[in-house]
Amino acid sequence: MNTFYIVAVGHVASEVLDWLDTAAAEWFPFPVRRLPALAIPEGSFDAVRQQYQSVEVMKTVAQTAPRDTGRLLGVTELDLAIPMLTFLFGQAQLEGRVAVVSLCRLRQEFYGLPANDGLLRERAIKEMLHELGHTFGLTHCSEPQCAMSLATHIDLVDAKRERYCDRCGAHLARRLAAGNGGAI
Amino acid sequence: MKGVWPILIVDDEEVMCESMAAWLREDGYRVDTAPNGRKAVELAKATDYAIYFVDLKMPGGMDGIETMIEIRRLRPDAAIIIITAYATVDTAIQAMKEGAQEYIVKPCNPQEISLLVSRILKLKKLQRENAILRKKITRQYHHSDIVTKNPRMEEILALARDVASLRSTVLIRGESGTGKELVARAIHYSGERADKPFITVSCAALSETLLESELFGYEKGAFTGAGAQSKGKFELADGGAIFLDEIGDISAKLQADLLRVLQERRFYRVGGGEEIQVDARVITATNKDLAEEVRQGRFRDDLYYRVNVIEIRIPPLRERREDIPLLAEHFVERIGHELGKDISGISADALKLFIEYDWPGNVRELQNVIERAIVTCHNGTLGASDFAWLEQQVGSREPWKVPDVPLNELERRAIIAALERKQGNVKEAAAALGIDRSTLYDKLKRYEITH
Repeated sequence: MNTFYIVAVGHVASEVLDWLDTAAAEWFPFPVRRLPALAIPEGSFDAVRQQYQSVEVMKTVAQTAPRDTGRLLGVTELDLAIPMLTFLFGQAQLEGRVAVVSLCRLRQEFYGLPANDGLLRERAIKEMLHELGHTFGLTHCSEPQCAMSLATHIDLVDAKRERYCDRCGAHLARRLAAGNGGAI
Repeated sequence: MKGVWPILIVDDEEVMCESMAAWLREDGYRVDTAPNGRKAVELAKATDYAIYFVDLKMPGGMDGIETMIEIRRLRPDAAIIIITAYATVDTAIQAMKEGAQEYIVKPCNPQEISLLVSRILKLKKLQRENAILRKKITRQYHHSDIVTKNPRMEEILALARDVASLRSTVLIRGESGTGKELVARAIHYSGERADKPFITVSCAALSETLLESELFGYEKGAFTGAGAQSKGKFELADGGAIFLDEIGDISAKLQADLLRVLQERRFYRVGGGEEIQVDARVITATNKDLAEEVRQGRFRDDLYYRVNVIEIRIPPLRERREDIPLLAEHFVERIGHELGKDISGISADALKLFIEYDWPGNVRELQNVIERAIVTCHNGTLGASDFAWLEQQVGSREPWKVPDVPLNELERRAIIAALERKQGNVKEAAAALGIDRSTLYDKLKRYEITH
């Protein structure tokens, strides 16, 4: 039986991981399990940019995937980026098994505002659905309220709903119905 | 849909290439990567990428600018975005001068890249739509503007199609108004250069000096009034075709200049010292008998042979009378629509009049006559009364009476008359009689006609 694993990279509050466990169980037909937290990968820190290389974090997460992995989601408080872009809310293997979501820029505190757990929960679930959608072959959606729309700014994350649009939802349902929980 | 627009990322850093490629793939694009300029050029040969992201600094071999120049050579319309971590104004200016579409400094905001890519692809989409529309226009020229059911005209159209893909010069002969330019356009727009310019020059309309600067352009200060450099029609036609109408009317000096362009494909602007190279197909037209002009010493024989590689002779309208009703109806419909008149057609009486008239101004005259009638008439059908002045001209001619002779004698006389009209040219006489050359030879033998 394929399993949906969630793993923290560095310290992540267990409350946040609980939100994601619950949402993942609602959306995907996998048993959800949590793996022990991973240490921040050595060499992932970019001292000049004061950020972490997303590619290194993804690699570390992928290496920990148990044999029965259906999907594996890494969750981190690290501010992720790639050489070309100033930041990423998350990253996924398109049609793959592994995805990562960064909570850093989903927090109100990052923008100098008071913490807001309700908002963080919504944003984290939206980004999890978004990155997992990529692992099921979904690309960006032109419908701004769909979880699969491209968010290049926190306002665009807030414009989304915690769900897929009909078209993306149908694609996902087809993939999941295709057998083996949509695993590849 | 985005998958139809492939993107290439060229960077020596693997992590940079792969992470950017993964990000763009999430957006639905097909993305390839290349670790150096050489590999990028190799990939560009095989795939027409919509966008190239090229890193400016790449150690060893080709740098970003060199890579961009090579890609541009292969793909002149490629959109190239130069990326660098070392932003300086100088390199930005150089990149833009060499033809980069954009210049970005990494790392950049995801929103910036996203907007940039969608802006470039929107432009690409418009360019593609434009190309499709151009093709539609091409078909219009080819199919609807040359209206005929005359076998000779159909042969001419077939020949135009056959020669369209060649680079050879074409000489189109025909009386004024027979549609020489239309045939030239049909040749151009049926060929591989259809999306390139088709430039027309009427050689008879301009004086020698004006025509020279019109054809070859001029440098600033070449003559009084030459305030700025100007490109000539040959330069404007580069990659496409130039149509020189009334070639028989150009001066001896311009004949020599034109011969040089045809031989060497290069020329100087008026007042210029820099040699300009052009690749333009030359299509010429004349209503004169150029061979006779050569015999009379008024046209250079070497130029005549250069422009006359393929000769197309368009018959006058009176030799293709079966086309008159077709053309008339075509013009009534087109001009009626253009002028916003609700004309339902043309009466049988008017068509009979048209068929009897000799049309010295050929198809152009027919078009003008119909346009004039449509302008002055009220809505409805055009009748013979709308062409009363034409009726007078037709009526003033002596009606032709069939001689009281056997049919074969009638045929013999028709053949002799045709040969006389065509100065003994069997090919042209056969065409005028509407039979092929071998049939005419048989008949010449049978009627013992020597020519």
